[in-house]
Amino acid sequence: MTLQCIDARVVAAGGRVLLGGISATLRPGRFTAILGPNGAGKSTLLSLLSAQRRPDAGQVLLDGQPLHALAPGALALRRAVMPQEGAVAFDFTVREVAELGRYPHRRQPAADESGIVAQALQATGVAGLAQRIFNTLSGGEKARVHLARTLAQVWAPLPGGAARWLLLDEPTAALDLAHQHQALRLLRERAHAQGCGVVAVLHDLNLALRYADDVLLLAQGEAISLGPAPEVLTPGRIERLWGIACTQVRGRDGAVQYLFGQASA
Amino acid sequence: MSASSGPARPGAGQTAGAEGMAAPPPPPRSGRLLAPRGALALGLALVALAFVAGGASGAYPIAPAQLLGALAHAVSGTPPDTPQQLVFLNIRLPRLLLAAAAGAGLALAGALMQGLFRNPLADPGLVGISSGAALAAGLTIVLGPAWFPALPHALGSWTLMLTAFAGGLAVTGFIYRFAQGPAGTHVALMLLAGVAVNALAGAGLGYLNFMATDEQLRNIQFWLLGSLGGARWSAVALVTAVVALCCAAALAWARPLNAIALGEAQAALLGVHVERTKRAAVLITALAVGAITATTGIIGFVGLVAPHWVRLLTGPDHRVVLPCSALLGAALVLAADAVARTVVQPAELPLGVLTAAIGGPMFLWMLRHFRGRV
Repeated sequence: MTLQCIDARVVAAGGRVLLGGISATLRPGRFTAILGPNGAGKSTLLSLLSAQRRPDAGQVLLDGQPLHALAPGALALRRAVMPQEGAVAFDFTVREVAELGRYPHRRQPAADESGIVAQALQATGVAGLAQRIFNTLSGGEKARVHLARTLAQVWAPLPGGAARWLLLDEPTAALDLAHQHQALRLLRERAHAQGCGVVAVLHDLNLALRYADDVLLLAQGEAISLGPAPEVLTPGRIERLWGIACTQVRGRDGAVQYLFGQASA
Repeated sequence: MSASSGPARPGAGQTAGAEGMAAPPPPPRSGRLLAPRGALALGLALVALAFVAGGASGAYPIAPAQLLGALAHAVSGTPPDTPQQLVFLNIRLPRLLLAAAAGAGLALAGALMQGLFRNPLADPGLVGISSGAALAAGLTIVLGPAWFPALPHALGSWTLMLTAFAGGLAVTGFIYRFAQGPAGTHVALMLLAGVAVNALAGAGLGYLNFMATDEQLRNIQFWLLGSLGGARWSAVALVTAVVALCCAAALAWARPLNAIALGEAQAALLGVHVERTKRAAVLITALAVGAITATTGIIGFVGLVAPHWVRLLTGPDHRVVLPCSALLGAALVLAADAVARTVVQPAELPLGVLTAAIGGPMFLWMLRHFRGRV
């Protein structure tokens, strides 16, 4: 059970290469962070993995099957995608927005559809906002509602036992410090306890070090490295890629974190 | 149920999962005035009320009590035996049905377009249906006798209706095709193309007005102003059937339209067939509005205003908005027509004038209300 890119190449309309033949194998039950400088192709890679985009060359496979061979409805049962920004038209309530995550299950609803939505809202800490109009929320609250909707979409194990995937584009961008940690802890829990494959584009290297199992490092449309977070995110590599000096420290809980300083030569 | 106003005390185990939430939750506020069932019931009641009021009022008043008897008579199929029954069966009932069908179809189309464009200010007229129908009607009235003298022979009294319907469909089809891009239908492009084509159709109609004889001019104006005066049983039956079919078909697309509120890309990721939904919404709108406009002329603002009121009352779920808009639209046009028939007796106010006079200020109010969000 894997989500795989094989020599996936994406070229923009103007001929600029966005991804130059990326190969990577992602596994369920793990939290994989996609990291890299701006313009490295992180969001493009995520749009390939979510089937929003087709590679111009190469393949994207889910359990060995080309992603585009799967019907959109069948795919939506297996993977949920959290967008970077999510405007919602009309005055839907928070609960109604989260309920839209259950759209793929409309033909075979779970025994407790409303319970699933309530649990998802509870998990991201927005249960108290359930009756509020979505458009009146703050940016961070909106992001947590979208996260709840994404979780609700693939909340329960599938009948056939196929792996579920959560793909997230900068899920923590709009969140405050506490909610960033809460959201990533939640995602790691979905991976480890629920067996979901979690793939998130992140910018904060320390959050990735703390919560991600694996890191896929991109630069200029190429995959630099894929492996366990501490092995991929070495101070030397960070200095080379981002041009920022990097000092390793340990948090009170013993976790490895970095301090960033002056640009190095 | 019991919302205590005192300081919230954390319930046992309730706050354990929400560790990140420091602020106490604000009081629940949904702003919904009516539950879905209540809205449907209210819509049905309004339609019944407007039906009775519209049936009773007019140049020949019929007491509401007699109305039921006349209606039962009409349904049973026995020939009418009193003047009231005669008037009701031959003049008033077809007109009431046409009013209800027109209102329901226009409001349904408005709700579909607003859902598709994700914009509460969208209107069936925007995709060119009304202007296409109007231009075709104008062409038929002014140039028809000279260019296609055989047409009325072939189509009889249906000529104007059929050409107007074809005109509406043709323009809608053109705009829809025009807006096709590599990534599917470009919705904003469709809207802008609609604006351009509406202006073009307006120019064509203006030129036809300029060329028309006095009698033709009166015909065009009458048609543009909208009226239910020409309600014949045959046309009424056709429009009612088309609208009923469109209503039934539209309901199947309610959930996809809800998902499209998240944006087309997100809807597609949820497994919604976005292109199919767009095609269905445009086709249903073109059929319903085309058939209505071809029969009654242009009745503005119903499609804009009815869905908006419904959303204010019950929220934006299309499973509720579509049927309730149809009901409210039916009630609105029934009521407007009753007023149009009675305020300047024995003459009749053009219905389109009345709906525009009410709808215009309403639209301005909406623009103000949505200033921050449009």
